[in-house]
Amino acid sequence: MKNIHVSTTLNGDDAEFVCAPEETLLDALRNRLGLSGAKEGCGTGDCGACTVEMDGRLVCSCLVLGAEAQGAQIKTVEGMAIGEALHPLQQAFIDHAALQCGICTPGILVAAKNLLERNPDPTDTEIRYWLAGNLCRCTGYDKIIKAVQIAAADMRGA
Amino acid sequence: MNFQSNTKANFKVVGTRVPRPDGVDKVTGRALYGADFNVPGMQVGLILRSPHAHATINSIDTSKATALPGVKAVVTSADLGVPEDESLRDVQDNCLARGKVLYDGHAVAAVAAKDMATAKAALKLIKVDYTPLPHVTDVDAAMKLDAPVVQEARADESVPEGCGPNVTHYCEFGHGDLESGFGMADLILERSFTTAATHQGYIEPHACVASYGTDDKADLWCTTQGQYFVRDLCSGILGIEGSQLRVTASEIGGGFGGKTTVFIEPVALALSRKAGRPVKIVMSRVDVFRATGPTVSSSMDVRIGMTKDGRITAAEAKLRYQGGAFPCGTVDMGAQAAFAAYDLKAVRTQGWNALTNRPKEAAYRAPGAPMAIYAVESVVDELCQQLDLDPLDVRILNAADAGTKSSYGPTFDQIGLMATLEAAKEHDHYHAPLGENQGRGLSCGFWFNFGGNTSVSLAINSDGTVSVTEGNPDIGGSRASISMMAAEELGVAYEKVRTIITDTSSLGQNDVTDGSRVTFAVGLATIKAARAAIRVMCGRVAKIWGIDEDAVVWEDGAAKPSGPNAGDFEPMTLADIAAISSETGGPIAGHHEVNAEGAGVSFGVHLADVEVDPETGATKVLRYTVFQDAGKAVHPDYVEGQMQGGAAQGIGWALNEEYIYGDDGRLQNAGFLDYRIPVASDLPNIDTVILEIPNPGHPYGVRGVGETPIVPPLAALSNAVSRAIGVRLHELPMSPPKILKAVMAKG
Ligand code: FES
Ligand code: FES
Repeated sequence: MKNIHVSTTLNGDDAEFVCAPEETLLDALRNRLGLSGAKEGCGTGDCGACTVEMDGRLVCSCLVLGAEAQGAQIKTVEGMAIGEALHPLQQAFIDHAALQCGICTPGILVAAKNLLERNPDPTDTEIRYWLAGNLCRCTGYDKIIKAVQIAAADMRGA
Repeated sequence: MNFQSNTKANFKVVGTRVPRPDGVDKVTGRALYGADFNVPGMQVGLILRSPHAHATINSIDTSKATALPGVKAVVTSADLGVPEDESLRDVQDNCLARGKVLYDGHAVAAVAAKDMATAKAALKLIKVDYTPLPHVTDVDAAMKLDAPVVQEARADESVPEGCGPNVTHYCEFGHGDLESGFGMADLILERSFTTAATHQGYIEPHACVASYGTDDKADLWCTTQGQYFVRDLCSGILGIEGSQLRVTASEIGGGFGGKTTVFIEPVALALSRKAGRPVKIVMSRVDVFRATGPTVSSSMDVRIGMTKDGRITAAEAKLRYQGGAFPCGTVDMGAQAAFAAYDLKAVRTQGWNALTNRPKEAAYRAPGAPMAIYAVESVVDELCQQLDLDPLDVRILNAADAGTKSSYGPTFDQIGLMATLEAAKEHDHYHAPLGENQGRGLSCGFWFNFGGNTSVSLAINSDGTVSVTEGNPDIGGSRASISMMAAEELGVAYEKVRTIITDTSSLGQNDVTDGSRVTFAVGLATIKAARAAIRVMCGRVAKIWGIDEDAVVWEDGAAKPSGPNAGDFEPMTLADIAAISSETGGPIAGHHEVNAEGAGVSFGVHLADVEVDPETGATKVLRYTVFQDAGKAVHPDYVEGQMQGGAAQGIGWALNEEYIYGDDGRLQNAGFLDYRIPVASDLPNIDTVILEIPNPGHPYGVRGVGETPIVPPLAALSNAVSRAIGVRLHELPMSPPKILKAVMAKG
């Protein structure tokens, strides 16, 4: 089958790529667009390591076709920092040791950012349920939840 | 506290919570993990796996696959030699089956092709002619005399007469007179337990890129806990010299022991050699579950005698582990660890390993210990219940301490068990009230900790900064700890130091990142390398000042005159000395190579509160506290992180996680949907209490901390659930249906 030409917006910039019809958005991001921040932990929608934002919604990019990015706004972890300034979530994750190996971190950051945009003052339980689709095998989640709360407080204050 | 120690006490950098050096890379997506690495001209490698639990391979016809346009190479075990060394042969045969497939998912052949679609099509064209054989996946069934034979004649010399054909190893530890010990007991309980195999569950699948030249020089980039061990295994399997294979470790997305060996790396190298091009292999999650190392599953009997006032008089354990289709010595560690927390006059443990048609076991955080200690701690808890004794008081009464002859032989030096038990007893968690259907459980945990071969190089740069080169992949913040120890010893700011993890060609041997060894052993070598650099700097300064080298001391990051010369010269800082190094003799560096000993054992105690829903059998963990001796917590955040992460893995093991095999011997739950690791909403906050009882074997008192925390959750949860529902469980995981059955049986 013929490859498909896709025009999309990636972290605010116009982007174009070609991909096979069956190719996932995750593969397109990683292999066609050179952004390896989104990770493949399972390829079946179970781990959340591939989480990106598509038109403001969180998606597992391993479950979305590259072709579906046509005309969409895609945001990945690579778009979170603005110039030299880290997003408050990124800073809080470093300052409060919310990562060990870090493989889950891009997906969790994208998901947490989306949460705080909807709900600037979530409870611990709300954060835990919001992030229930993002597996972390290293941390036991404790420091992740605390870092999200610290970033949320920081963003409310800012 | 009266813990004696000759180790350093006043720290400036060690013990603070500095940002980790790889933090920005990892929060911005810049860090490169195994699958993120690419080279030009790279081909896609894919592996064909057995659909059978056990079968003879009559033939493999690769001709059609090889002829498919775009296919660059197809390999089978015929493309590799047969290593003389038995354990290397096992590793190789696990990577590509030779003659027989031994488990569902066992690799049979591999292709390299121009793209994924072509590689997938090529796999379908490989015709393997199998004759299925009877299989066995359960440890007790595998131990039987008439069990299907997984591999012929693999028993080692330890195995006594009369064992079944799958038993490959037997071990025995202990001391004292069991019979008279049991004779003194007021109550003796004997119970049997089983635990399921669990997977390390790292979120990053195995991935590598191999590039093999026609001159037999090769490069390999991979996600691993030990690039040196990967080099040794791969060069052995490929039959090339170690110096000609350079292995570079990527950032690693979790390992927990599971990335201490090779699965795809020799295959990628063999494909690259045949194809004459670089080859990348990335495992799918399904393949990670089917074919990489889970932990052992176990069947165990434990018998313990206790007096009315809680003194253990004798203790005995029989452990039967299966570690998959290849010989495995993990039961040795279980048998040694089982009773490590107790000071016992009479103790004996016996262990057997049996082969089964399952994937080859790989290390998983404190390998062998969690299940054995689960069984022991469950029986201790039941004794406490029946004798109406406080379970913490009983642990304190029987706790091993400095000078105790351990159940596995050595006499303990300074250990932190008593301090952790006392901290648990004082903690308000232990005294908080419990509601209906709720229970509290506790368990001790133990791990030996290792040291091992370590090689570190430390350069003083002319701008006054410091570069540390080490060879152990950073699995949870170790680069920060190593930089901190270098900064501490040199007396410079943490920000002046950068620690890099290098490839196999740049340093002497470094053992795998395992055994909780890195902060201990690499830290030790870093401190000694810093001291070597300090000696060089003091020598340079002595020459400048024209005084004896011995009359120069290093304090607060500067060389100072001492003794009769004290005050004669202005101190020279590291930066001062570095700036003029080219005029005083050239670059300044220190290095240290050691096979580190004195790792110092580690103990922990966990408290868990649960609530069991009597309608569904579901368990909710309400509160969890980890107490552990870290010797000296170099970076407390990451020590806590190890304690929390290990606890979460243990909670998963206790409640949910298990390898499920069908009657056909095939794995039924090879994915994160059906093999359910804890998610954020499953867990409470995990509170931590770090105790610091210095390890005399390390200049700063450091002990490894990474493995012990996975040990106690199994029994802590089982004890909590058993107390909550009023009936004792003897099987892990305690999934809701099993709990419900136990509740209903009780009536
Ligand atoms: S890779 Fe997409 S959810 Fe796991
Ligand atoms: S930090 Fe390793 S999986 Fe989350």
